Amino acid sequence: MANGGPEIEQLIQLLARLPGLGPRSARRAVLQLIKKKEQLMIPLSAALDRAVEAVTVCETCGNIDTRSPCHICVDPRRGESGILIVVEDVADLWALERAGVGAVKYHVLGGVLSPLDGVGPDDLSIDALLKRAPEFNEIVLAVNATVEGQTTAHYITDRLAPSGVKITRLAHGVPVGGELDYLDEGTLSQALKARTAF
Amino acid sequence: MHWSGEGLIIGVRRHGETGVIAEVMVAGRGRCLGLIRGGRSTKLAATLQAGNTVQVGWSARLEEHLGTFQLELLEARAAALIADRTRLYASQLICEHLHLLPERDPHDRLLGRAVRILDFGGTPHQLAAEVARYELELLEELGFGLDLTSCAATGTTRDLTHVSPKTGRAVSRSAAEPYLDRLFRLPPFLVGGGDPDEAELADAFRLTGYFLDLYVWMPRQLDPPAIRDTFVHLVT
Repeated sequence: MANGGPEIEQLIQLLARLPGLGPRSARRAVLQLIKKKEQLMIPLSAALDRAVEAVTVCETCGNIDTRSPCHICVDPRRGESGILIVVEDVADLWALERAGVGAVKYHVLGGVLSPLDGVGPDDLSIDALLKRAPEFNEIVLAVNATVEGQTTAHYITDRLAPSGVKITRLAHGVPVGGELDYLDEGTLSQALKARTAF
Repeated sequence: MHWSGEGLIIGVRRHGETGVIAEVMVAGRGRCLGLIRGGRSTKLAATLQAGNTVQVGWSARLEEHLGTFQLELLEARAAALIADRTRLYASQLICEHLHLLPERDPHDRLLGRAVRILDFGGTPHQLAAEVARYELELLEELGFGLDLTSCAATGTTRDLTHVSPKTGRAVSRSAAEPYLDRLFRLPPFLVGGGDPDEAELADAFRLTGYFLDLYVWMPRQLDPPAIRDTFVHLVT
């Protein structure tokens, strides 16, 4: 069913492709944008134009920023710790930044090894990581605690072994707020194995 | 339509924003696919890992539909697998091989061997030997089994040391003598059991890799799985 002219229909169709939005919610969003043209639609359009022009992928770490190298890579304080955190995706980098992990640098792999999805080592930014590795004292593999994520972590560890850099990974165990009764047996067993002095 | 059974998760791929399509090897039913709504939730993340055994219920309006899965975790192996590099690579390779099987075609012998490998507690070399035997069995289940029981030239069942790349049949030491450069070495553990060394494992994977490529990957225009090279490199 048509919702106004073709321009509005196209806008609805494009918005409906965004995560979290379907055709119905896209229609509501478009309606809201049209109702608040001055306060929302025009600034949003201008912001999108600016973002299209400015946003780029950092050629060093794979982060998304408005400059390349990104502000994290050029920050001199971040080099002092000598720690490089390897993440799967930019969203993981942002999550770690929100957590305030400190003055560290990052490397975005762009995914994980996944035979089912046809993602092999050549599809990830592993060669770039190998080139960067000698600049750091420690490399933290902050990939997801999934079979695919950990396969990728082991693979990277093998490839990084000749560099002699210390390689660590995030701990696996009980999340904050987690109740033992509801945890799966595997996580519980890993948490017990990785117990620390209290 | 509805059925339920016990199965091994061999893969999960994303479907839409919140769902996943899971591939499960079910006893008596083979490789089955099903949609799991909300499968990307943190609640189901630990269950939906390759290598876990689950109680699976499948339902659809018609038999030929994709259908939906209801899963309940029976055995959580994934956490133990990800802690051990050799077992993790082996499990990934096994799951990758199971994807080669046709859908909804029972292969219980292969499933049983896969589960035994996932639960295997021996040394990395013993584990690799099990994976090599598993690849031989995979060839057999796909209809391309090698005949390692007797010599293709003399018919003898003793001193079988090589395999012909043309026929996939064993060749005895004396018959192989003039053609050593053209035959594959047959590691003794593949016919007589026992623990192999690294060279024998390399021979075994060269042998199975050749025939998998010849009969399975190449005709289907597939590349050999990258994880196989990684695993073989690790254990040889």
